[in-house]
Amino acid sequence: MENAFGQPHNVIVLGGSSDIATAIVRQLVAARTRTVVLAGRNQHLLDEAASSAAAHGATATATVIFDAKDPDNVAATIDACFAAVGEPIDLVIVAVGTLGDQDVDENNSASAAVTATVNYTWPVAALSELRGRLIAQGTGRILVISSVTAIRVSRRNYHYGAAKAGLDRYSEALAVSLEGTGVSVQILRPGFVHSKMTAGMKAVPFATTPDAVATVTVAGLASGERVIHAPRILKWVFLVLRHAPTAIWSKLGSR
Amino acid sequence: MSRQVLYGWGRTAPSAATVVEPQSAHDVTAHLHTSTAAIARGLGRSYGDAAQLAGGLVMVNRELGGISPVNPRGEVTVGAGVSIDELIRECLPQGWFVPVTPGTRQVTVGGAIAADVHGKNHHVDGSFGHHLISMELVTPTGTFTVSPTSRPELFWATVGGMGLTGVVVEATLRMLPVETDRVLVDTQRFKDLDSVMSEMLSGDHRYRYSVAWVDCMTRGASMGRAILTRGDHARRDQVEAPTLLPPRGSRITVPFDAPSGLLNPATIRLFNEAWYRAAPKSKVAQPQGIGSFFHPLDGVTAWNRLYGRRGFVQYQFAVPDSAGDAVRQSIETLSNSKVPSFLAVLKRFGEGTPGGLSFPMPGWTLALDLPVGPAALPQVLNDLDDIVLAAGGRVYLAKDSRLEAHKAHAMYPRLHEFATTCQEIDPQGILSSDLARRLQLIRK
Repeated sequence: MENAFGQPHNVIVLGGSSDIATAIVRQLVAARTRTVVLAGRNQHLLDEAASSAAAHGATATATVIFDAKDPDNVAATIDACFAAVGEPIDLVIVAVGTLGDQDVDENNSASAAVTATVNYTWPVAALSELRGRLIAQGTGRILVISSVTAIRVSRRNYHYGAAKAGLDRYSEALAVSLEGTGVSVQILRPGFVHSKMTAGMKAVPFATTPDAVATVTVAGLASGERVIHAPRILKWVFLVLRHAPTAIWSKLGSR
Repeated sequence: MSRQVLYGWGRTAPSAATVVEPQSAHDVTAHLHTSTAAIARGLGRSYGDAAQLAGGLVMVNRELGGISPVNPRGEVTVGAGVSIDELIRECLPQGWFVPVTPGTRQVTVGGAIAADVHGKNHHVDGSFGHHLISMELVTPTGTFTVSPTSRPELFWATVGGMGLTGVVVEATLRMLPVETDRVLVDTQRFKDLDSVMSEMLSGDHRYRYSVAWVDCMTRGASMGRAILTRGDHARRDQVEAPTLLPPRGSRITVPFDAPSGLLNPATIRLFNEAWYRAAPKSKVAQPQGIGSFFHPLDGVTAWNRLYGRRGFVQYQFAVPDSAGDAVRQSIETLSNSKVPSFLAVLKRFGEGTPGGLSFPMPGWTLALDLPVGPAALPQVLNDLDDIVLAAGGRVYLAKDSRLEAHKAHAMYPRLHEFATTCQEIDPQGILSSDLARRLQLIRK
């Protein structure tokens, strides 16, 4: 069970080898979390993340393999994760996502479909599956990893950004739908994060690291704020940018 | 029957459950037979997650009412859903007071038993359970009348058992005869912790009631400055125009959540300072009403809203006399951490009960009110746990909302006896709570 400070005892991560999720889990287990279930595509990367969680304080870890290109596996994947914990789930981190390749996605419908599926369809199906299960247990939190690009989609990676925008809007409404059930949804919107996903890309202003994002996220989980921006200043930057005239936005987006 | 989000008085860690209000022991039995997870709840004054059960069935006991006439020996039989407030209102005009009252009258008799509440008289009179003659307990394996002589293990496991042995539907207890509704109170102010503790050690036995309010935000020479109030029920010949009137109800309500930052180090420091200054340096035999002496916070309805949306935690521990220094260490840790905390309550404790979850032990108990919010607070309290554990002490489960399971097990070394009793009476593990799950109090 979660304690008075919003610190979970157990955590499931969908997209368990994500650098941001791994950093968040490291901080959670250093505080109070003991059971960690990591689900993802690559056993090797999941094992590494599990070792890292164990090294920082987790006493029980498990891994579950799935591929987010196939939404048909959602129910079975979540079943396996819940079974691995075996008690009410305190926190589910939905960290599934891929940046995709914008240039390929623009010219290849099959590739565009994969980017949309991994960033939107699979996570939404997972959230839909989680909703009923968490309502039944009367407790639990979901942390959806979105992106600031969801606030205003950029020319540079709009296949990724538009899917994140869909997921972000869905999660906002899901959060409202869960009021009064004991279950809550929080949305994390990181800016540019130096990670596996962005390796080789040119950094943008306010670029940050997974550890810095994790620190802001853990504080946000404790306070219960619905949307967590990391770094925090991006909340204000994007408050302005979302209303910037298109001409200016296009210029920024094509840099 | 309805689905409700429930939380404790500290308003942290909410969870949703199906809520019912059984009208009788028969109803309770029926609910236990059709549930896979259930717990009783009274007025929701436990600070943490003791009376909630995510996804389960929560039985609110308020319909289990009824107060019998008090017999000449002071014995009264009451429904478990009767509050201490209702009991005082009924019995005080007849010259009977509750044998033990916690800091609020807004708890039910069932809750008082489950948390084995204590009052300012623990050093003389023990806890609520010590004044119980018998009770009727509905369990998944049957309904039993238990007492210190009839099924004593089950009786003492139920006293302080956090509701995990069954649902108390009725209890018979022995009331305290009083001549008036006044308490004669001696008040003294102390500049530091050592002086108040040594006065309590040497003089508390002369009073039925004793409590010290300690300022945990002062450092240096005035660390732990305190106000000690001690008293006894006034006899008729000790007050002018003696009466036996029940205390007045609350006159003020906090209508909505205060902003979370209202209680911050600056405002709390100011409050503590004002409280300290307002107390007389020394005053003797001042008559006070029962409400203002025993239940000062009952004057304000929903005062927990003052802590804002994020709520607060209460941290109460007991340590043996041999480890009195743990009190100083914990206050020092707290004042050095600069985590804001309201006036702490320091008391002497007498013997606990034979139950495996009994909290009191001869020595000291300190209770702290701490707003949730400061990032350092979870770790500061983990550090206090270690001080308490090293001192051979324990944390009070009725107020806990954040202790770690392995530390709870170390603090309650006889927990396995308790768990065994639970397993016998409830082999399927139906009785549970968020607290029991968090601290792994019962075996599944």
